[in-house]
Amino acid sequence: MSSTKTEDELRARVAALEQQLAAALGSAQPSTTAGLVKRTKIATMSSEVVDSNPYSRLMALKRMGIVDNYERIRDFTVAIVGVGGVGSVAAEMLTRCGIGKLLLFDYDKVELANMNRLFFRPDQSGFSKVQAAQETLQGINPDVTIETHNYNVTTVANFAHFVGRIKEGSLTGGPVDLVLSCVDNFEARMAINQACNEIGQTWFESGVSENAVSGHIQLLIPGETACFACAPPLVVASGIDEKTLKRDGVCAASLPTTMGIVAGFLIQNTLKYLLKFGTVSRYLGYNAMLDFFPSMEFRPNEQCTNFHCRRQQQLYQEKLALQPKADGAVAAVAEEAVVHEDDFGIELVSDSAEPAVAGHNANAGLVAGVHRAYDAPAPSHHADAAVTSEISEAASLDLEDLQKQFMAMNSK
Amino acid sequence: MVDDATKSTLAKIPLLKTRAGPRDGDAWILRLKEEYAALIKYVQNNKEADNDWFRLESNKDGTRWFGKCWFVHDLLKYEFDVEFDIPVTYPETAPELALPELDGKTAKMYREGKICLTDHFKPLWARNVPRFGIAHALALGLGPWLAVEIPDLVEKKLIVYNEPKASSSAASGSGQ
Ligand SMILES: [Zn+2]
Repeated sequence: MSSTKTEDELRARVAALEQQLAAALGSAQPSTTAGLVKRTKIATMSSEVVDSNPYSRLMALKRMGIVDNYERIRDFTVAIVGVGGVGSVAAEMLTRCGIGKLLLFDYDKVELANMNRLFFRPDQSGFSKVQAAQETLQGINPDVTIETHNYNVTTVANFAHFVGRIKEGSLTGGPVDLVLSCVDNFEARMAINQACNEIGQTWFESGVSENAVSGHIQLLIPGETACFACAPPLVVASGIDEKTLKRDGVCAASLPTTMGIVAGFLIQNTLKYLLKFGTVSRYLGYNAMLDFFPSMEFRPNEQCTNFHCRRQQQLYQEKLALQPKADGAVAAVAEEAVVHEDDFGIELVSDSAEPAVAGHNANAGLVAGVHRAYDAPAPSHHADAAVTSEISEAASLDLEDLQKQFMAMNSK
Repeated sequence: MVDDATKSTLAKIPLLKTRAGPRDGDAWILRLKEEYAALIKYVQNNKEADNDWFRLESNKDGTRWFGKCWFVHDLLKYEFDVEFDIPVTYPETAPELALPELDGKTAKMYREGKICLTDHFKPLWARNVPRFGIAHALALGLGPWLAVEIPDLVEKKLIVYNEPKASSSAASGSGQ
């Protein structure tokens, strides 16, 4: 290796580092560096078409007669639970649209493993997703108020606070206008469902399948539509033989495309819901393999296991009774699954890798291409029969004694 | 499907009956008693079968659980911290069991070391609400996960055997 080459390499390296340093300094003081513009706050939305107006093309929706009053977007508050591949993109869309306020909930950190998705950048690795998102979003549009909560909504420690922010987190201190579920797991969806059922909050659920080639959005209005606990989760058939799907070694795959498409559907319907234009989809599925988009709607299950869902259903029926006449709703989801039970009182299920057979009553009311993840459980009519003496006796025992007895087993 | 060994293990764990979660006051206390009764029976069963494989305790409210679990592979015992919260929607949703030390070492985990369960777990859990409890989640979720993942992690040298720590009573007192 010649010494000149080494010198050239060093010069090139210094030049590259100088460039990086300039860029870093630039981002710290954007308004003073040429070529870097810092967006300042804008007091009122204007429809004036000039280069400096970030809202001109949105306000054009009003001029064209698509939306009656676009400026109203500034009055709305949307809570986004889960700021991952779907939630972060959804948040960016709403931010660019000039939403009034966003509440972001997530307890995850940005990782390099997330870089196949949109929105987050490698240099944000290690930061909490809500903090990283807040910084980026605030840079895009400082007019949006952003409130972040870096915690898990499913735990007892955080749930009450979560419900409180949904109830009182809007710009005026009232309930948020819409909750968007952009989480990636059943537990968190059920927690959001619980919160929204308790306070009668309308929300949108969204999801992308673990094989990354299907997704969905679903509108949930407590009492009026099915809640998330009314029936087992829906699955958009991917069109591939699920038996050949290799799951070994990974939990989930993901594609920025599928997530971006689902985020797009979610926010398109959020805008339609908030600004009252077009038709808001109740359920919209996406099968990426066939570019097939099933849509349908669901009525609530009168026997839903969720007490607050049943309570909201009653409230909704009372409200309906006071109204002249409601539109005929589309097929209700009646759950009447066949149960087979073994000798021990444990209910077994057929291999869930096999999608439920079309025409099976668990899938009654569903359009083609969509099925339930599994059969609904039957009402618990036989639970007591299977209860053993250990459990029957437990009620009469002292909790502390049981805890002591259990702990004592540790040393034996 | 769930294998026969797991099925028979499950069948010997008492089924619970109270449908109550951690926000349900007295009903939760009743549920918690059932949880302990089922766990006691399960650990007894394990000890009798010479297959004792975890230690667990909870906070006062029974909302957060923590302890150790271990797996013997090629005669060496690999031990890990285990922890989980009882979600507000319990028992409708199962607890998400986590092994924080293994976070980032296997793709079969979600954030914070939460283990990735098989496709069979959720339908089976859903069909057995409120009869399945913590003991069932361990037997159906964590046990089979360790049996598959630990040998794999050892083979890939992502985990190495450590001599038992003298301070750990769980490690030194087991296996008898
Ligand atoms: Zn319901």
